Amino acid sequence: MKRKQVTAALAVVLIACFTASIIVRRRVDQIRSQATLREVLYIPSPRALRAMSLGYNGLLADIYWTRAVQYFGGKHHQGSMQYELLAPLLDITTTLDPHLLAAYEFGSVFLTQKPPEGAGDPDRAIQLVERGIRDNPDQWRLYYDLGFINYIDKHDPKAAAEAFERGAKVPNAHPFLKVLAAAMAQQGGERQKAKLLWEMTYQTTEDKDIKDNALKHLAALKVDDDIDHLDDIIADYRSKHGGENPATWHDLIAAGYLRGIPGDPTGRPYKLMPGGRIEVENPKSLPFIQRGLPPGMETPHPVMPYTKS
Amino acid sequence: MSQRIAAIAFNTYREAVRDRVLYNLIVFALLLVGASLLFGQISIGIERIVLVNLGLSSISIFGVVIAIFIGIGLVSKEIDKRTLYTVLARPVRRWEFIVGKFFGLVGTLAVNTFFMSVGFFLALLYLKHAFEAADAFLVVAIYFIVLQFVIVTATALLFSSFSSPLLSAIFAFALFVTGSFSEDLQAFAAMAHGPTHWFATVASYLIPNISALNVISMVAHGNAISGALVWHNSLYALLYAVAAVAGAGLIFEHRNLK
Repeated sequence: MKRKQVTAALAVVLIACFTASIIVRRRVDQIRSQATLREVLYIPSPRALRAMSLGYNGLLADIYWTRAVQYFGGKHHQGSMQYELLAPLLDITTTLDPHLLAAYEFGSVFLTQKPPEGAGDPDRAIQLVERGIRDNPDQWRLYYDLGFINYIDKHDPKAAAEAFERGAKVPNAHPFLKVLAAAMAQQGGERQKAKLLWEMTYQTTEDKDIKDNALKHLAALKVDDDIDHLDDIIADYRSKHGGENPATWHDLIAAGYLRGIPGDPTGRPYKLMPGGRIEVENPKSLPFIQRGLPPGMETPHPVMPYTKS
Repeated sequence: MSQRIAAIAFNTYREAVRDRVLYNLIVFALLLVGASLLFGQISIGIERIVLVNLGLSSISIFGVVIAIFIGIGLVSKEIDKRTLYTVLARPVRRWEFIVGKFFGLVGTLAVNTFFMSVGFFLALLYLKHAFEAADAFLVVAIYFIVLQFVIVTATALLFSSFSSPLLSAIFAFALFVTGSFSEDLQAFAAMAHGPTHWFATVASYLIPNISALNVISMVAHGNAISGALVWHNSLYALLYAVAAVAGAGLIFEHRNLK
């Protein structure tokens, strides 16, 4: 064989084999789906892993944090109700790098949200953030996260107030923590407190997805407020019209209760249903709403960030 | 042609033995005996796990180090000693020389692995006094380690066909390390958007998938390895190694040896 023929033959072998290797590799990836993640089950102790990392624990923590995000995203995309590896992955990540604040902040969100949005385990989330505070006592944001979980998910305003008070004492803490601590200590006004927390979240985060999530919660709270207010108006109308419900919004406008057709935060008009019940036009566009849902429909949940098919 | 390749391969093996490469077996044996004695006394319940993790990881690390450090010198040493010219003066094609060298080193590593495996199973027998059914998967894990060596040898040879020994060692080692995280890179690619997604995807296919060949943790816990994975990993390692050796042959065919 001449050199040109050898060159051509080797080039063909190289291209053919490399292309075929990509095809086979894709099949291997399918067979080993999430195998890397399952390996955390074999790690007896995150501390042992830290010792074995030979000083490269920061890099390894970044890898494990990426794995945690990937695991959460994959599970969420599947609509899974179980996130059994999430807590061990976060435990390994934060043991390898106790100062990786993103792991505490986002990890606690992943842990605390109810399935299928998260692991539905606020107790583990509180443990994670408490550990974060122990290792990073000067990070006011962690106290805020702790108070947030205690109030929103554990419905424990006392514990939330304590967390915000502790956070307010940290140097350079956001001054709003004091306001939150005081608000938590008050009785009643739960929706108002939740609104304060979400507003604080919106204002203090730089993450686009978290901002978006906060806006959705604020919109849901606004819908709940609006419908409460409209219910009061309809009850008043009913009492003044011999127990008759308004047939359309125009009845309420004509009676002077409203200036126009009321709309939800997405700009769509509320629907006045027979019997004086109020519904939103498109419930899926308003995740987290508790009120204004068609009968039998559960609170819609959004597609969370960090998920990708 | 096959006789010429076999002759080069056999000489490569003989040279490796003459270079006392197989002396690492003594270190390995001491390590295993020490570990099995030590962990048998100081730990409860994880003696087998520790021995399997330590034994198989050692086989892998020893083999990869040998594959890289001998693989990078396969071509350059022959040029430095001027023995390459004697070989190529005979009716031997340059690509045959590369393929022969590849088989020679893979053969050396296979022999090395065989003896280390014997030592490992003896240590296991000493520790547990009997083999169990799950131990069969240890053989699969060792087979996957040999597949790692095949890929690492091929890539070391590829780099050594155009680069200096030092740079080749760095490239081959870096490729092995990144290959060990290739599944993470692929996960990153899946999560990324735009140009980052495409760059990470291309990179994840270019680097060898070493992580799929590492099942040490799984077998240490007695978990089964599917036949489909054995078959696909074998095919993948073969295709990737052939592509790398073909690349090495292609470069070496056009290399100016004057």
